[in-house]
Amino acid sequence: MRPKTRNRRIRLIAGVSATLVALTALSACGDSGAAGGKVKLSLGLFGNFGYTDLIKEYQAAHPDIEITERTASYSDHHKNLAAHLATGAGAADIEAIDTGYVAQFKATPDKFVDLNTVGGDQLKDRWLGWKWAASVGKGGQQIGYGTDVGGLAICYRRDMFKTAGLPEDRDAVSALWPTWQAFFETGKRFQAQAPQGVKFMDGGPTVLNAIVGQAPQGYYDQNDQIIVGSNPALRQGWDLVVDAVKANLSAGLLYSTPQWNTGFTQGQFATVTCPAWMMTKIKDQAPDTAGKWDVAAVPGGGGNWGGSYLTVPKQGKHTKEAAELAAWLTAPEQQAKVFTSKGLLPSVPSLYDDAKITGYTNPFFNNAPVGKVFTDAAKKLNPQYQGPKAGDVQTEFGNAMQRVEQGKQDGAAAWEQLVGDVAKIK
Amino acid sequence: MALTFAERRQKWDVKLSPFGFISPYFLIFGVFGLFPLLYTAFVSLQKRNLIDAEGAQFIGFGNYEQLLFHDPYFWNAMGNTVSLWLLTTIPQILFALGIAHLLNRRLRGRMFFRMGMILPNITSVAAVTIIFAQLFGRDFGLVNWVLSWFGAGQVDWQAGTASSHTAIAAMVVWRWTGYHALIFLASMQAIPSSMYEAATLDGAKGWQQFWRITVPLLRPQIIFSTVIATTGNMRLLAEPLLFNPGTAAATGGSDRQFQTAALYLYEQGFTKYDFGYSSAIALVLAVATMLVAGLSYLVTRRIQTD
Repeated sequence: MRPKTRNRRIRLIAGVSATLVALTALSACGDSGAAGGKVKLSLGLFGNFGYTDLIKEYQAAHPDIEITERTASYSDHHKNLAAHLATGAGAADIEAIDTGYVAQFKATPDKFVDLNTVGGDQLKDRWLGWKWAASVGKGGQQIGYGTDVGGLAICYRRDMFKTAGLPEDRDAVSALWPTWQAFFETGKRFQAQAPQGVKFMDGGPTVLNAIVGQAPQGYYDQNDQIIVGSNPALRQGWDLVVDAVKANLSAGLLYSTPQWNTGFTQGQFATVTCPAWMMTKIKDQAPDTAGKWDVAAVPGGGGNWGGSYLTVPKQGKHTKEAAELAAWLTAPEQQAKVFTSKGLLPSVPSLYDDAKITGYTNPFFNNAPVGKVFTDAAKKLNPQYQGPKAGDVQTEFGNAMQRVEQGKQDGAAAWEQLVGDVAKIK
Repeated sequence: MALTFAERRQKWDVKLSPFGFISPYFLIFGVFGLFPLLYTAFVSLQKRNLIDAEGAQFIGFGNYEQLLFHDPYFWNAMGNTVSLWLLTTIPQILFALGIAHLLNRRLRGRMFFRMGMILPNITSVAAVTIIFAQLFGRDFGLVNWVLSWFGAGQVDWQAGTASSHTAIAAMVVWRWTGYHALIFLASMQAIPSSMYEAATLDGAKGWQQFWRITVPLLRPQIIFSTVIATTGNMRLLAEPLLFNPGTAAATGGSDRQFQTAALYLYEQGFTKYDFGYSSAIALVLAVATMLVAGLSYLVTRRIQTD
């Protein structure tokens, strides 16, 4: 019996090795891409860019190109990208980068294809001037094509406003809060008669981000110096939000955590600061609340929070095709489609007077004329310079406000620690 | 007397073959263990951005000086690591001993329970942590719901130092107790029953037998388990990272109240892109791990075989 078993074992090993060899050979074929057949392009995204249908459309028009999407969470995506750039392998052919991170990545422009060298300089005038400028590296290299911009509005729950004796109609609601001061005063009126367990706003950090986004200067000055400690607009906004937290208006949830997501489904808060991309988040997170939400104007006029870029890392095998795809995905026609399907606000001003956009209403948000709300906000928007580590500074702001919300520190002590913490960010 | 060729070959075979057999381990260790360690040491002497290797500058021991003498957040993280070490290792070993003792008896469905012990350990750490983070949720968590039966108020588990450490320790203990229990159980079964019979004749009761016979005879396994638990805890990363999701995950809470040393390394390397500094943290952490593992070895060695 023995020799037979051994024979069988040898045959098994031989079989397995043969399969492995074949698989390696196959994957080698796959890697060489263009030689064998289709050019394979991958797209590294976070959140919901609304590209799935566009990709089908592009593939139909370019039968020799095959596109795959991979999506990670916001912070994971940017950390992975940094690791892939550091090791020189593993990045997707097109990588999305958010506003909070773009300054950090444009500091190493040689890791990316300079889009100006592949026709980007011809397309430049499509975008809002500041959007184009925000992704230009020190030597003038353009590392990314702008996708959406955040814009700002306030999303609110009509049903909860009604219970609390406030107006439901969006124009009347917008009229309640010309300023942030008035916004928080409204909050106090809301809280006095609020449905049980409901707070006026989701959490201090979310509101604070909106206020910071409206200031003429944010965390940085034009020389990339952090000016958190000396920028009066930040301190004023901070004090306003701290007062609101003390007045018990906040549900104390930190945005983009599971608890915050649960807050949408459980109806823990009545308002949330609403850049255009937030609408998709609400809709994806709490589909059952359709029709209960509405969109009102943001206090204090325009402002921006978020918005992304599509970059082409140099390590990719098909950078030329990838750059073409990135240019197509961010072209005005495609941005218009993404706006009407996912509500992401275009970064190309030519669309802001387009009736298709301005006339767009969103059924989930009680048919709110979001096209008009957001293009109005975008037109009023004062571009704010984003420094290299804006994302990290924003994280520290969130932590500091949380310390106040968790009752660990008062506003002044949390601010003092915050200024010290951001000073360490280099 | 001259050796024949065959005899000489035989001699060399005996001398050299063992090295051949063990060489794969050392080759793999060299590539995946030693080289990264030396490279980390090299990077730790540089001021270096994670993405921008070309712009690296040699700064000698500057990173270490900053880390050891001017960085309160590092020491905060080390403090949290030591706190979690105590909160996880001691209960893990004690629970494992107790569970192994119970499973060592005759009971129905013994195999089922023994297999069940290993289940927590083979589940994905990410899944476990995400579920535990839900259980310890402030507003809709199961733990707070149960506590509310006893009139205990809403605990914000993430907010406090003690509460967050308790929650994280619960995840680690849940995951690793069964693993250690199985190791103890295997050794318990090797203890000859005659020793217990003799002890019974001498009048020793169950509890005395456990502390006077079982535990001393398990000394090597307890030392092993403690050292494994210690080294595992020193690089505790996934649990505190996923316990605080969202964009601020790497800071380990709003006031870094549960940021471990490994998480601080991750924050410096992968959110701040300070590759040199995080490499310095890695080496200091490696030395600290050896010290703490040595300490726990010395403590557990004191278990007497009398």
